[in-house]
Amino acid sequence: MAAESLERILGEHPFFGGMEEPYLQLFVDCASNVRFNAGDMIFREGEEANTFYLIRHGKVALETSAPERGSVVIGTLSEGDVLGWSWLVAPYKWRFDARAMDAVRAIALDGRCLRGRSEEDHDLGYELMKRCAQVMERRLQAARLQLLDVYGGGVSSKR
Amino acid sequence: MMVSLSDPMAPRPFRVQGVRKETYDTFTLELDPPHSAADGFSFAPGQFNMVYVPGVGEVPISISGDPGKPQTLIHTVRSVGTATQKMCARGSGVVLGIRGPFGSSWPVEEAVGNDVVIVCGGIGLAPLRPALYYIMAHREKYGRVVLLYGARTPEDLLYKLELPKWRGQFDLQVEVTVDSVTNGSWRGNVGVVTTLIPPARFDADSTVAMVCGPEVMMRFTLLELERRGVPAENIFISMERNMKCAVGFCGHCQFGPTFICKDGPVFRYDQIQPIFATREI
Amino acid sequence: MRKSSQTEPAVLERDQLQWLLQALINKGYRVLGPTVRDRAVVYDDVTSLSDLPVGWTDEQDGGTYRLKKRADGALFGYASGPTAAKKFLHPSDVRLWRAKAGNGFQMEEGPEGSPKLAFIGVRSCDLHAIAVQDKVFLDGKYGDPIYKARREDAFIVAVNCGQAGGTCFCVSMNTGPKATSGFDLALTEVLEDERHYFVVEVGTRLGAKVLDQVPHKAASAKEKAAAERIVAKTAGQMGRTMDTKGIKELLYRNYENSRWEDVAKRCLTCGNCTLVCPTCFCTTVEDVTDLTGEHVERWRKLDSCFTMDFSYIHGGSVRSSTRARYRQWMTHKLATWLDQFGTSGCVGCGRCITWCPVAIDITEEAGAIRQSEKS
Repeated sequence: MAAESLERILGEHPFFGGMEEPYLQLFVDCASNVRFNAGDMIFREGEEANTFYLIRHGKVALETSAPERGSVVIGTLSEGDVLGWSWLVAPYKWRFDARAMDAVRAIALDGRCLRGRSEEDHDLGYELMKRCAQVMERRLQAARLQLLDVYGGGVSSKR
Repeated sequence: MMVSLSDPMAPRPFRVQGVRKETYDTFTLELDPPHSAADGFSFAPGQFNMVYVPGVGEVPISISGDPGKPQTLIHTVRSVGTATQKMCARGSGVVLGIRGPFGSSWPVEEAVGNDVVIVCGGIGLAPLRPALYYIMAHREKYGRVVLLYGARTPEDLLYKLELPKWRGQFDLQVEVTVDSVTNGSWRGNVGVVTTLIPPARFDADSTVAMVCGPEVMMRFTLLELERRGVPAENIFISMERNMKCAVGFCGHCQFGPTFICKDGPVFRYDQIQPIFATREI
Repeated sequence: MRKSSQTEPAVLERDQLQWLLQALINKGYRVLGPTVRDRAVVYDDVTSLSDLPVGWTDEQDGGTYRLKKRADGALFGYASGPTAAKKFLHPSDVRLWRAKAGNGFQMEEGPEGSPKLAFIGVRSCDLHAIAVQDKVFLDGKYGDPIYKARREDAFIVAVNCGQAGGTCFCVSMNTGPKATSGFDLALTEVLEDERHYFVVEVGTRLGAKVLDQVPHKAASAKEKAAAERIVAKTAGQMGRTMDTKGIKELLYRNYENSRWEDVAKRCLTCGNCTLVCPTCFCTTVEDVTDLTGEHVERWRKLDSCFTMDFSYIHGGSVRSSTRARYRQWMTHKLATWLDQFGTSGCVGCGRCITWCPVAIDITEEAGAIRQSEKS
């Protein structure tokens, strides 16, 4: 796909909303289109986190492996979601597995490259941090709501 | 003195003709109105009845059937206390006492011409199902229609046979999520129902949202809807409080200046926003 | 109840009042009036003037109630007792219906009827309380058949207060001390110049009819003036005030005021205030059965928003703290009641102040919240 349309796609994505021109071009330079087939592991727990993704189509499961339970899905992400922030927070390692649940199309961004540029250009770094903090905040809120277990009932709950 | 037929405290006998198990603790009861009610049991989506188990007790239960099919009265009941346990355990043939319908209803007529977003969690789908039936029966009057439904686990989903049928309709967006999975066979979304709101396909400027579920879930849902730009006067929620008489005399269901049995249970969010935000009110 | 202005005030000598009681009894009324029992003035059946609290008065203050002997023989020389008409119009234990269960469900009996009631000695504040409860039970989409039946036939003989009670603030609430409406007959007791008589005002045609059964004279100008003087004096004796200006908005603005924490430290959530308040109406419903499960009944019982059960849902109470429960009671009484029924829920009778074991004073609490906005 031509660079101009990548720019348009990134520009339209909520994560980059309000991003100034020179930075947007930088992201375009670090971006590429990727595809995953159903069942592909996008990244694994423990691996180095150097890439993050904007999901354009399809569903991704965040999983962890628990003894006697096997792989447990702790959350799913879909179209419009940002996948991964560990690339921006030391020690830059993935904490969960990410598996494509169906055919996934995404834009991959070179996190390591962006990390490096952010060290040099703190304004860029701040813009990135702001946006990642937002993603983290929403995820944390959702995780806490999950923990509250508001619905009650179910086989495993106590009355 | 004899009980007058119009005495709102006197239940009418309805016979249970079917009990369907939805989940471990939730059942859908199908009831026949008494022979004297030739037109069946009319109600508006969102209303509730006081359901009486003779000799045991009476509880408020939302009506979950199709308002266009009043010949059968349908209640989805969660078996959590003495009365509801008996209600679900006794099975077909049993007679229950019904008082109602009471309360305010979902704005299905007000929503005509708009997109409709229904967000529900847990048993919150039960009082919204009649609204969905109504909207589907008059589908051409509405814009995009979205159903976002969250439950605790895949086993806790209600109406498991209907959900895929609804999803299969091309003119309805249905997204279902569960808080957690217990085994590996779930291939759907995992996460709280609020995460379904940002990508849902509706025009925030002309949408009517109807929300029902545990209060915490509704609170976070309202935040997400606000984030999408749905104005508070276009959001409707269903509230719950302790209810004894359902006709505004016992005082138990007061929620600020409102009586949930008369002024609710369906409220327009902007009208109760300050009370909703007050703790222990 | 239309005011029948065509009938001029009458005068009854003290002993002639007995004929009024008799006239009501003859007409088949169950006559209820103040009596002395358990060292308090309590509403009960009266058939003779000697049943009334002759020569008694009360001393009331926060958390204090005492009966004291008067120097004279006034029949209505007290201010208020713990109970009022509510005890009979909105009784605390009522069977709503009885049915047969088993195979199917059949209604057998509705609520028990009651003989028509005549109330003697109803103060203006209590007249307003009855009017407040009328709005609750008669005005809505559903009427309460029990209240309606008892209320429709009730005959009310009001009494204008000869002295203010220790905790009264009816003047602030615009509910007295003079009875202006809601009565069939209104009495003002006058003990002056070695005379003991009642000036009788007629409120309704029914009142006039009953009065016709009792030998009486038209009241002279001097007698009418005496009655008016007494009531005016009472109005000037109020010990407490409640500033009701904008009180609804004041309380709506102050749900998180620290004063609620303050009162919560004192309040025992005993619910006395809800028991003695003439407008509190909350009830609960109880379904009972016999051992066979075939005979079932539904009963209605008076309830109080101060109990933990009151707001219980899903394994917890919405209002579990004392703070939340006291706040609920007071904001309902003074604020949300206005939005619900168009009147205040408070009639300034002062009973909640008198009967609170720790002397919480609703006028003081409202005043403190108002004051906290000024500082």
